[in-house]
Amino acid sequence: MLSTKKGAGLIAALMLTSASYANAETLRLLTWGSYAPEELVQKFQEKYPDITVEVTFSNNEEMIAKLRATGGAGFDLAQPSHDRIYSAQLEYDIYKPMDLSKINTSVMEDSHLNGVKANTTIDGEVYAVPHQWGTSGLMANKAAAPDFKGWGDLCDPKYAGKTSMRLKRTILLGTAYSMGEDPFAAYSDLDKYQALLDKVADKLIECKSNIKAYWKGGDDLSAMMLSGEVVASETWDSTAYKLYGQNKDIVFVPPETGALAWIDTFALPRKGKADDAAYKWINFVLEPENVTIMSGSTGAIAAVKGGLDMLPADKKEAVTAAFTDADIANLKFFANIPPGVEDMEGKTLEKIKAATE
Amino acid sequence: MQSDIKRLSLILLFAPFALWILLLIILPHLGMVVLSLREKVAPRVYEFGFGNYIDFINEPIYWNTLLRTGSMSILVTILALLIGFPIAYYIAKIAGRRSRGALFLLCLIPLWVSDLIRAFGWILLLRETGVFSSFLQWSGMVSEPIEFLYNDVTVVMGLVYTVILFMIVPLVSTLDGMDDAMIEAGYNLGGNGYTVLRRIIVPYAMPGIVSGCIVVFMMTAGSYLTPILLGGKNSSWFTEQIYDQFITRFNWESGAAFGFLLLAFTSFVVWLGLKLSGQTLANTVAKS
Repeated sequence: MLSTKKGAGLIAALMLTSASYANAETLRLLTWGSYAPEELVQKFQEKYPDITVEVTFSNNEEMIAKLRATGGAGFDLAQPSHDRIYSAQLEYDIYKPMDLSKINTSVMEDSHLNGVKANTTIDGEVYAVPHQWGTSGLMANKAAAPDFKGWGDLCDPKYAGKTSMRLKRTILLGTAYSMGEDPFAAYSDLDKYQALLDKVADKLIECKSNIKAYWKGGDDLSAMMLSGEVVASETWDSTAYKLYGQNKDIVFVPPETGALAWIDTFALPRKGKADDAAYKWINFVLEPENVTIMSGSTGAIAAVKGGLDMLPADKKEAVTAAFTDADIANLKFFANIPPGVEDMEGKTLEKIKAATE
Repeated sequence: MQSDIKRLSLILLFAPFALWILLLIILPHLGMVVLSLREKVAPRVYEFGFGNYIDFINEPIYWNTLLRTGSMSILVTILALLIGFPIAYYIAKIAGRRSRGALFLLCLIPLWVSDLIRAFGWILLLRETGVFSSFLQWSGMVSEPIEFLYNDVTVVMGLVYTVILFMIVPLVSTLDGMDDAMIEAGYNLGGNGYTVLRRIIVPYAMPGIVSGCIVVFMMTAGSYLTPILLGGKNSSWFTEQIYDQFITRFNWESGAAFGFLLLAFTSFVVWLGLKLSGQTLANTVAKS
């Protein structure tokens, strides 16, 4: 008797789930950690009860690798940075063009929208729209390193054994700027860029003895900074803002040569199956009250008009403590990565890692 | 009739293993071979060639990293054997029947926690503001904080800790099968402790030693998390190169070639180890 009841219950449950599958849509998001806060996902699913959101957290490189492996299948909306659309599309054909008429682009900050459009237009089709922007730069513990102001200061013997950086392309670009060069301008002539990279590599190899360790993720960087093991580091601004909340001495320092700015975008994977749900999500997170929730989670500024004012109060305080208007005007936006540059930069990073002091 | 049933049951029993080997080992590796033999000439244009392997030979950074990974893995294997053998001998031969199970279980406990968590455990203990450094300062033995993390010694220690269990288990199972009378006979015939160890215990345990060493060496050379998390600014590991080729540089072709080179290199080291020690797989691993 009991078992028949159980069986009936099981069948009913199966019918229920299959019924809900029948008219439900799944939105598979491929995005950065903290770019899909649980609060927003719940709110979205309440607003659109027939859409279920599945989130996969990743980073620029892994997003492209995942989409490349399947030819752009498996996800319905991806969020790579604006410089990771053009060459990835040319090389691997992993995105599909966006229908801008379905997006509420009027609320977006014009400069960001136009910048991303210019960066991601191929054959007249636009492949991405902006979502959030932020910068890479430096952070310093003002109590221990009050005069810290440029990329080159990471290699200052004054802070020997007390600085850190991530061994990725950002530090190559920052170091190039600190040497008075413009790496993005050199992209057009790859031989010239190689020569520049060699100079940067020499500088960073020489600098190695000054570095305590290369950080690998926001968590180990935070631990080193909060414990005082390092007093200054190359960083993402959002990590610095989070630490500012815990220790007011730790501030984001836009390098004197200009902080490097990125815009994370919305892009549709080529074989995505839920474009309408994807557009709904994009418009949903552009709504002002949702912008605040999103920025509170990501620590980045939404690329909408008045995005700075929509930050939660504590994040806004951290941003205004770090940036003056002149710093904002001096931002250096990451330029599109031409094919081949990733390989050159990768080799340079390997050379630095393998070098012994 | 009877033989048909026998054959059918053999096929059925063998099928999962054959499918596993074919679908999950052989096919993906064939795909990797094909991938590693493609050279990128332009976006979306590829040519057949050995360019990725030639690149490896021409770039000292790559083969230096491979040699470094290999030699550190051999060091880890030797250390794991030296530390693991007495433990295994104690568990199998000296400990009482009842405590044996408990001791074995104690060795297994670290495996219940993931690699990642164990690596973070080491980080908490060894960092400059970590437990060891703080304790040394508190006890007055040192005046300045000491950084134990981010060097090769830490990497070797972390790796030995991660893999030593895979040395102990095969050793215990071979030593367990050894009759105590053999050791007794060795002493009765006038051998001292060293002779008994060298001429009776080690030869008997050889199948366990060889299979333990092979497993430990392969695991170490192919490990990723421990060397990355505990290693410092100079410690490159070959698996990191493979990851970088695949993910950071979008260069799957060369990543696939590196994967094969690692496989070939570790297989060669195992073969060389067997040759030098005069062992064969047939009379060691097959027996254990």
